[in-house]
Amino acid sequence: MPDETPRKGALKIILGYAAGVGKTYKMLEEGQRLLAEGRDVAIGYFEPHGRKDTIAKTEGLEFIPRKVVAYREREFEEMDTDAILARHPEICLVDEFPHTNVPGSERAKRWEDVLVLLDAGVDVITTMNIQHLESLNDQMREITGIQVRETIPDWVVNRAEEVVLADLTPRALLNRLDRGVVYAPEKAQRAKENFFKETSLSALREMALRQTAHEIDVRQSEDPPVNGNAVVTRTDAAGNDLHERILVHITEAPTTAALIRRGRRVADYLKADCFAVCVLPEAGNESLSAKSREAIDQHLDFARKLHIETRLLEGADEAEALVHFAHTNSVTQIFLAKPPRSWIPFFLQKRMVMKVIRLAKDIQVTVVADRRKRMG
Amino acid sequence: MADTERRRPSPEQLLRQVEAAERKEQRGKLKVFLGYASGVGKSFRMFDENRRRKARGQDVVVAAVQPEASEEVEEVLKNFEIIPPRLDLGSPCVDVDAVRRRRPAVCLIDGLAYSNPPGSKNRERWQDVEELLDAGISVTTTINLQYIQEKQAQVEAIREKRVLDSVPERFIRQADEIEIVDAPAEYSVTVTEDGERVHSEEAARLQQQLSELREIALVLVAEVVDHQLENYLRQQGIEQNYGTHERILVCVTPRSNASLMISRAKRQSARFHGELFVAYVEQDRLTPEDRTTLEGNLEAARKANAHVEILHGEDPVAAILRFAEKEGITQIFVGHSQQGGWIRSWRPNPVERLILEAEGIDVRVFPNSGEAEGL
Repeated sequence: MPDETPRKGALKIILGYAAGVGKTYKMLEEGQRLLAEGRDVAIGYFEPHGRKDTIAKTEGLEFIPRKVVAYREREFEEMDTDAILARHPEICLVDEFPHTNVPGSERAKRWEDVLVLLDAGVDVITTMNIQHLESLNDQMREITGIQVRETIPDWVVNRAEEVVLADLTPRALLNRLDRGVVYAPEKAQRAKENFFKETSLSALREMALRQTAHEIDVRQSEDPPVNGNAVVTRTDAAGNDLHERILVHITEAPTTAALIRRGRRVADYLKADCFAVCVLPEAGNESLSAKSREAIDQHLDFARKLHIETRLLEGADEAEALVHFAHTNSVTQIFLAKPPRSWIPFFLQKRMVMKVIRLAKDIQVTVVADRRKRMG
Repeated sequence: MADTERRRPSPEQLLRQVEAAERKEQRGKLKVFLGYASGVGKSFRMFDENRRRKARGQDVVVAAVQPEASEEVEEVLKNFEIIPPRLDLGSPCVDVDAVRRRRPAVCLIDGLAYSNPPGSKNRERWQDVEELLDAGISVTTTINLQYIQEKQAQVEAIREKRVLDSVPERFIRQADEIEIVDAPAEYSVTVTEDGERVHSEEAARLQQQLSELREIALVLVAEVVDHQLENYLRQQGIEQNYGTHERILVCVTPRSNASLMISRAKRQSARFHGELFVAYVEQDRLTPEDRTTLEGNLEAARKANAHVEILHGEDPVAAILRFAEKEGITQIFVGHSQQGGWIRSWRPNPVERLILEAEGIDVRVFPNSGEAEGL
């Protein structure tokens, strides 16, 4: 065949808010429906968790065997991406989108495997919970008290043609948990004491409902995608320009990760461009301690993972350099972290924030709260 | 009014809560399956869930089925005892008395939005349901978005179709549980069009319409969940704000660039499906011009469908923060300048204080109109 780029596969995500709400069941239901329509469907990865009704739903669907990966003298089973590519079904069902592959696998994350399938023209239907969405990570910790480590960058979810909600009321979910449908008894008890509190579940469910509504919203409007350059400038009735450009200020402070997530999330919702800038001392990188440098590199790397363009500036005065960059790049909003509690950083950061506000003139400044403080 | 004590219940409130809880205890539970269009599989979902419940030994009966059921639904219905509808009035309606005599634990009613024929005891089926709930029988039912009264204008504008029957939104909102049956819009396209294949352009338009309906339905359920969660936390006296719902508070003064701030806030709250609040802290010694400007700003806020609040207090920052905490605000928009109005009476710098004292709230600072002086 000539070097014709293959059609990209379509991604569909079934979103839930906890284990046991019926994501996998819904994915298999879709698979069965498509199979009945005569489509070529295969299961790339399925996690049965010993659930009877769910297992029954796989009947008649082809399984592509998993790959056995050895790690530290133990064997693990992972999705066999190469085998799926060789089989090349029209539609592939892949459970647990945020899964981290065992070390030594070709790719670190299952979502990366899925991107490979999509690039090869395979349609994928997959499942994930709301707490794995990167930009909600801080809020999730606030709600559940748990820091979720397996996250999916928002841009990956944006690639989906459709996000469908698997809904179940918390009460029905707790009943399932009590009956041992979701987990084995002792694990269920532990789950109920931690993550599966009814209030936390309600809050997570609300987030999932809102996120699904948002995913519909972004797919409906005529605006080009978030990070595209060709965004149409529009104005409101009063003639105010509605197109925003958000600048996130990166420092070594631990609050920076939350600041980046919040900036990304607001930018996505407003369909705004998003940049991140770090101001280094005039003497350059070398004048910083190794620890500071490492923290800054981590934050820059994190921003890039979320598809935020990053820039390093040099300047004696952080506030001046930041605002100057903002003015020359038509930034409309600067995102800064709230001054931390401890003494010296508090005064330095407070002075910096107030100076940015003073210099910013026509640019708005958003001081992002440290949401971790409200945990309790 | 700034009333921070609202979250901590008084003894009278506690008593009322206990009484309400007791009444609720005896009353049947209402569960609603909401769909954004016909063909998303609400009926099947309801019957399928209750088939399993019945298999576990619960006493479940069916008191109403849809006139035209899918094969799937016909099949699952075989699992149930069906209390036949009353036909004596012409069209079928729920036989409330028969259900009450039978006294099941759970009664399934497929299709909540029906008007009963003239001469019936209750005009609407949802009133039949109310009667069953009062009698201590739990009801599980299904409804389409287009039948929710308060949503009908919006749905009609999208679908260019009118339906006659309706159920008040408050009835749906007071359900003990509400679950959305979500399906991608493409599937309901093929199902809803009565078997006729639709033109591709037509199909695209329909898909767009259905997506809009999906969004409305999802947000409605999110709001119900938010409301229930808030009530629960309030009853328990828990001062917790999960920030699941973006609530933006715009603080206006005669000097602030209110038009820009409100426009941005309105857009942002719409994007986040959030809520918009506009507050002004009352102060004496306003010039007549300032008074006029302020009135204009507040009028603009009302036009933008904001909750407008006049706050009082010696200390404007404290008044704003009290209000923000009470309403679970997640973002405060504030104007900034050195000159004029309320700002002068604040020291130290009020914007600085807001930024430092607002816990868990983002503060967005806007330059005031026509000036950009230093602090």
